[in-house]
Amino acid sequence: MSPIALLLFVIIVVTTLIITYWAAKRTNTTSEFYTAGGGLTGWQNGLAIAGDYLSAASFLGIAGAIALTGFDGFFYSIGYLVAYLVVLYIVAEPLRNLGKYTIADMINARFEQKKVRGVAALSTITIVIFYMIAQLVGAGALIQLLLGIDYWLAVLIVGVMMTIYVLFGGMTATSWVQIIKAVLLMLGTVVISFLVLAKFHFNILTMFDEIKTLTPLGEKYINPGVKYTNSLDTISMMAALVLGTAGLPHILMRFFTVKDAKTARSSVVTATWVIGIFYILTIFLGFGAAAFVGASDIMDANAAGNMAAPLLAHALGGDFLMSFVSAVAFATILAVVAGLVLSGASAFAHDIYGQIIKKGKITEKQQMKAARYASVAVAILSIILALFAQKMNVAFLVSLAFCVAASANLPVIIFTIYWKRFNTTGAVTGVITGLITALVLVAISPSVLNPEPGVAILTGTAIFPLTNPAIVSIPAGFLGAFIGTLLSNKRDEKKYAEVIVKANTGMK
Amino acid sequence: MSNLAKDVDKQSKPYEFEQIANSSKFKQLMSQKKRFLIPLTIFFLLFYFMLPILTSYTTILNKPAIGSITWTWVYAFAQFIMTWALCMIYVRRAMKFDELAAEIVAENKQEGAENE
Repeated sequence: MSPIALLLFVIIVVTTLIITYWAAKRTNTTSEFYTAGGGLTGWQNGLAIAGDYLSAASFLGIAGAIALTGFDGFFYSIGYLVAYLVVLYIVAEPLRNLGKYTIADMINARFEQKKVRGVAALSTITIVIFYMIAQLVGAGALIQLLLGIDYWLAVLIVGVMMTIYVLFGGMTATSWVQIIKAVLLMLGTVVISFLVLAKFHFNILTMFDEIKTLTPLGEKYINPGVKYTNSLDTISMMAALVLGTAGLPHILMRFFTVKDAKTARSSVVTATWVIGIFYILTIFLGFGAAAFVGASDIMDANAAGNMAAPLLAHALGGDFLMSFVSAVAFATILAVVAGLVLSGASAFAHDIYGQIIKKGKITEKQQMKAARYASVAVAILSIILALFAQKMNVAFLVSLAFCVAASANLPVIIFTIYWKRFNTTGAVTGVITGLITALVLVAISPSVLNPEPGVAILTGTAIFPLTNPAIVSIPAGFLGAFIGTLLSNKRDEKKYAEVIVKANTGMK
Repeated sequence: MSNLAKDVDKQSKPYEFEQIANSSKFKQLMSQKKRFLIPLTIFFLLFYFMLPILTSYTTILNKPAIGSITWTWVYAFAQFIMTWALCMIYVRRAMKFDELAAEIVAENKQEGAENE
């Protein structure tokens, strides 16, 4: 490890610890712990959403995917951004008006039933665990590459850091870590993009002209179809990307950190600008890496292309820029995992322990204690799982998390806000159908079963042909919620009147 | 804590939610929202899915548009423009929704006070 890299890593660790110390003094109540007391401004929350959302998979993964497969890598950038229209148009404001700390709170604003809260908490925990393992395994592998330390030590460092932020600083510390990370990430990306563009004489046309001669793919590089050759699978993946975000617990939780629906709206707008600019710039990261690092060198460092961005930084700005980019990648991982711990902990401590087991009869002090214990438990569990999952191909875990979010959470969220006839049975069957369909289809997909030993987790022939089951599991989630609703005669229009008025006016 | 809040709600019953939901003003708010949100949501989802559908089943977007930049990239870039534009359009429209919602809240606050 170079001394500059070490210095930058230490600066990030120290800065985030100072923030946590400052935030800890402001974290005395449950509401402060889970939602920073609802006191963030639209700008702050918008940046924090960007910080929470732009994971290492976005930064390193997409840069690598574009570098190696051209346009096909850019599909992710489009899907991840357009998803914010779904969040803005359909989910954000009603969610803010109805919920308190978790998605289950919001669904329970309509159905005061333990089983509804239970299944909502279950899908949240499933999503958080898949997402978390993917992040931690990715983090371990990356830090190992960037700093040359062992995998287990890298996972442990990230795990301990995230636990400290959440345990002591709660949502306030987590939010500020995410805000700082978002700023650093944008700064790094803008600088690299500028340097790439400068190499092409600030002419995008030149860049597209020359890139065709600079990669092994030649003309094919700028056309789709290099990586995604199965049409249905491509569309299915795009469906998971665009609809999954609006069901991701750690993103939705961010909307409870602002004071009202109007601020929730402005935070989505800020997030959409920041995230959009970032994803546009992934073109420069990818093209730059393809042109100035070269496909073979990228693949040598990491077969999946995850080292494309750091290697590009090295090619353009030497040790310093590479160290900076590596430090940003480290900060990125920390910010995302802290948000995940918090949303996992809220499902355990608030939904399952506080509301289901203790039936809401729990003092403020007990709630805080439960929240902190749950944070440590979630952190330890995910560190252990990540240590065992080192050799696993984790890419499918992220797609699974998006798929479960889109299939189990989104249908029920939408029906809760917009469908008068919807009832408790429908909410339970909706979450369960979406969850189980997504899990089962992935378990029998080519991601898990491959005839060649070692390629996937198990050796065998896939029963379900698509790697991403969204195109089946999302309709299944909606259908499950629909059929479940019709199976029960129960309807409560009085309660729906309350929900629809609260959701649309912000009345309490 | 949430149970405590619910009990308070039940006791004082500050709002008659059914009455508000059936009021002409609230219905006006809902129909305005629907007329705006439903067509635009359908539009952006169609526009979004047309890209993978076109690139998967045809090669018409592979033709160059500007220099070496193909229509695929132009379409992809258009998705970014669409997202930002719809974001801004929504914010503008939502200000009107806010005004209407604020009126509903204000009217019913007074009624709530009378009930108490």
